[in-house]
Amino acid sequence: MSDIESAIGKSPPRLEAAEKAAGKAIYTGDMELPGMLHGVLLTSPYPHARILSYDASAALALAGVKAVVTAEDITGGYIGLVCKDESALARGKVRYIGEPVAAVAALDEATARLAARLIEVEYEELPSATTVEQAMAEGAPVLHEDFADYAKIYQAPEDAGNLLARAEAVMGRGVDGFDEADIIVEGSYEVGAQYHAYMEPVSALASWGPDGRVTVWSSTQSIFRTQANIHEGLGIPMGKIRCIAPRIGGGFGAKAEVSGQLIAVMLARKAGAPVRLVLSRDEDMITMRARHPGTLRVKTGAKADGTLVAREMEVWLDAGAYADDSPAVMNLVLYYARGCYSIPHVRALGHAVYTNKLRLGAFRGFGNPQASFAAESQLDEIAEKLDIDPIELRIKNAIKAGEQWLGGQRITSCALVESLEKVRDASDWARPRPAPPGRKRALGVAAMTHTSAFLSSGAIVRLQGDGTVILNVGAVDIGQGSDTALSQMCAAALGLDIEQVSFATPDTDSAPYNYGTNASRVTYTVGQAVHRAAMQVRTQLLEHGAAMLECKPDELELRPGGRIGVNAEPARNAEVSFADIAGRSLWAVGGPITGSGSFIPNDPPDPQHTKLTGFLGLDALSVLTFGAQVVEIEIDEVTGAIEVLEAWCAHDVGRAINPGAVESQIQGGFVQGQGYALCEEMLWEDGRLVNPSFMDYKFPGTLDTPDKIHAIILETPEVSHPFSVKGVGEPPLVGAAPAINNAVSAATGLRLKQIPLTPERVLRALLAKG
Amino acid sequence: MIDITLRINGEERALCVPASRTLLDALRNNLKLTGSKNACNQGVCGACTMLLDGMPVNACLVLAANVAGREIVTIEGLGEGGTLSPMQQAFIDAGAIQCGFCMSGMIVSATAFLAENPQPSRQEIRAALSGNLCRCSGYVRVIDAVILASERMGA
Repeated sequence: MSDIESAIGKSPPRLEAAEKAAGKAIYTGDMELPGMLHGVLLTSPYPHARILSYDASAALALAGVKAVVTAEDITGGYIGLVCKDESALARGKVRYIGEPVAAVAALDEATARLAARLIEVEYEELPSATTVEQAMAEGAPVLHEDFADYAKIYQAPEDAGNLLARAEAVMGRGVDGFDEADIIVEGSYEVGAQYHAYMEPVSALASWGPDGRVTVWSSTQSIFRTQANIHEGLGIPMGKIRCIAPRIGGGFGAKAEVSGQLIAVMLARKAGAPVRLVLSRDEDMITMRARHPGTLRVKTGAKADGTLVAREMEVWLDAGAYADDSPAVMNLVLYYARGCYSIPHVRALGHAVYTNKLRLGAFRGFGNPQASFAAESQLDEIAEKLDIDPIELRIKNAIKAGEQWLGGQRITSCALVESLEKVRDASDWARPRPAPPGRKRALGVAAMTHTSAFLSSGAIVRLQGDGTVILNVGAVDIGQGSDTALSQMCAAALGLDIEQVSFATPDTDSAPYNYGTNASRVTYTVGQAVHRAAMQVRTQLLEHGAAMLECKPDELELRPGGRIGVNAEPARNAEVSFADIAGRSLWAVGGPITGSGSFIPNDPPDPQHTKLTGFLGLDALSVLTFGAQVVEIEIDEVTGAIEVLEAWCAHDVGRAINPGAVESQIQGGFVQGQGYALCEEMLWEDGRLVNPSFMDYKFPGTLDTPDKIHAIILETPEVSHPFSVKGVGEPPLVGAAPAINNAVSAATGLRLKQIPLTPERVLRALLAKG
Repeated sequence: MIDITLRINGEERALCVPASRTLLDALRNNLKLTGSKNACNQGVCGACTMLLDGMPVNACLVLAANVAGREIVTIEGLGEGGTLSPMQQAFIDAGAIQCGFCMSGMIVSATAFLAENPQPSRQEIRAALSGNLCRCSGYVRVIDAVILASERMGA
């Protein structure tokens, strides 16, 4: 690494760490504007019902109540990223318990809550379908009668009933490829609904200005998706909508699309005052989103020597009441159905089904955790049948750089084998793990990958009068550390210290477009745009420098700390500072120095390689971060409880811009995956969520998690990126469930096919086995 | 409505609240001290942890009117004279802070614990912080931060 790039590969404190430690960081719910009102939702008590009438007179008569809104106040069309089937408030029908039906703005929250209960909504209850089986049954109640008329960006099934999306991918000879197999293993896997449990509940603050524009601060993963949803859902021109992200208390996928913003905008418009809407935890849990539960039937064929030859996967995902990201999530289950292996023949078939539940949507891993739990669990069954070590089997079949992924794109960098070898060595894989009486210990392994190049991003870099720069990307840091990592990249591109880069608050009025903080895409995709913008600034700096030092631009070099000097003259006196150049540009020649960069990956699928039907775009998903995880677990044979003792997680991130942040992603992601594997499950009875609280929905705490989560960073440069990086937000979560399940198999001989592996499920299986 | 005086971060603050108002709401909404967070509203997650006469409490479960006259310290009151406390600084330096929403409560809990047990083991720290949930970190660096604070404060 040259001195110029000294800002990267280091782990300075996050830009906003001090304000967070001091308790001074401002999240949406901490904001208050003069005259601000408090918003509260009224949600549906029925899983499926027609709305016959509203009567808000009693609510409006209550002192302090300033506005009530219902679907009658909606002034726009339907919204949804891939299928426009949703409104800010239920229109005509309610389709799940917890769906927002009306909202109140009042002087204080207590009054608003009281008023919400006084709104009378007359319903006609309809038969409901709260599971995939019920929704696909003959004569099932149809959730969306107008489904065929909705605008969509994918080929939807016709006469579908409740079938929202169906897609198929066939590679090689598809299912015919099983004729090359010596053994075939088949199984059906079930995965539960995981709640994101971001610590900051959904919140939004909307304020209309005298200029007829509305400003919206909200807990969001994308200011631009927020703006687009307000535009489409309320018919407000984009130029009249300004969206800003203050500090965000986690998202994990659930805050990528719309949450409470449209309702806050409607209330503020009607009340003529700013309105802040902050959901309580139980409201958030019944109203927002979760990871798709589903069933995955998986079949794998292998030769006697362990060579994998064929894979079939059939997936049924519960999409909930609105499409949201479901068709895309289902596509990505199929995208990862083959695993990280060179299996020549694949057929993957997926379905997403409307049911009377909350939206199942984007959640860290985006379909990959479901696919990987099933496929990686099955791989260990093959290893056992063929008496091959599970890590050996994975290494033998590991996909390599240059090979084609499902869809046909070529893999640009891959350290899968190295990841497997690293976790094997680090965990001392072959060493037996004795356990005390009544307990069993074992190790389990899983390999995984995840994409990190997706959709568009921009960046603007401006030189300020004192020679520092300000970076504006519109990407939201939801806690993962992207503000810092992007600033480090910007600094490195210009030879600056990170202190010489200011990071602009994400604001649609000033930032270039950025799709959002999801798909592990920010470091890779926004990083590309940052580099391009910085290079434009660099070019202008060198042109000014050449004029000032009376030489040619190519005779100049950047020097650390914001200086430009002559190549041949390392002495300091032949230098100009960025501040000198800024002064020249602002007061004499050339005008302000700014650079802008735009980027969108574009590497379309190859129809000769994979036959895709019913898919959304799979463009440029081929920048894949590979990895492997080994876990050590201990099972209590009396209670069925599983304890994770230690974990080794190796991920090939290309290059770690901020190694500390990468390790944090690995450790935090693994623990979220551990929760998915062992204890987290939203449970519904007849469409009613029975555990809408942190008391009843348990996610891992300090006593549930291993003290040693070894984050092993592998740096195999990603050739398509100027800083060689790949994303690491999601892969650490993906491996945990199959690795833990494989450890359970190794410890007990059980082949469990349902997560979470609650003590009850494990104990029942142990007792059944005898 | 009840008139009460709370002693917060060393200052007397007079306010008028309904009898049902929690300490957390009183601080956040009446006094605009928003460092303490409401994440679960039922005393499970610890994001609202503050010190009541030196003991950590979940402020979402405490009624403001019940603690009139008692000594309350919040995240805003841990440092002295505008500086960060050693625990706050250790959380920054150990890289323990991600989204930050749980961190006020986490740091307050850790502060109270270290006052009681200045040289704890990692397992003791885990037990002490078991009432503070974090969804980002996986806790490893949180424990690292408390160890770091312990080392610095003992030095």
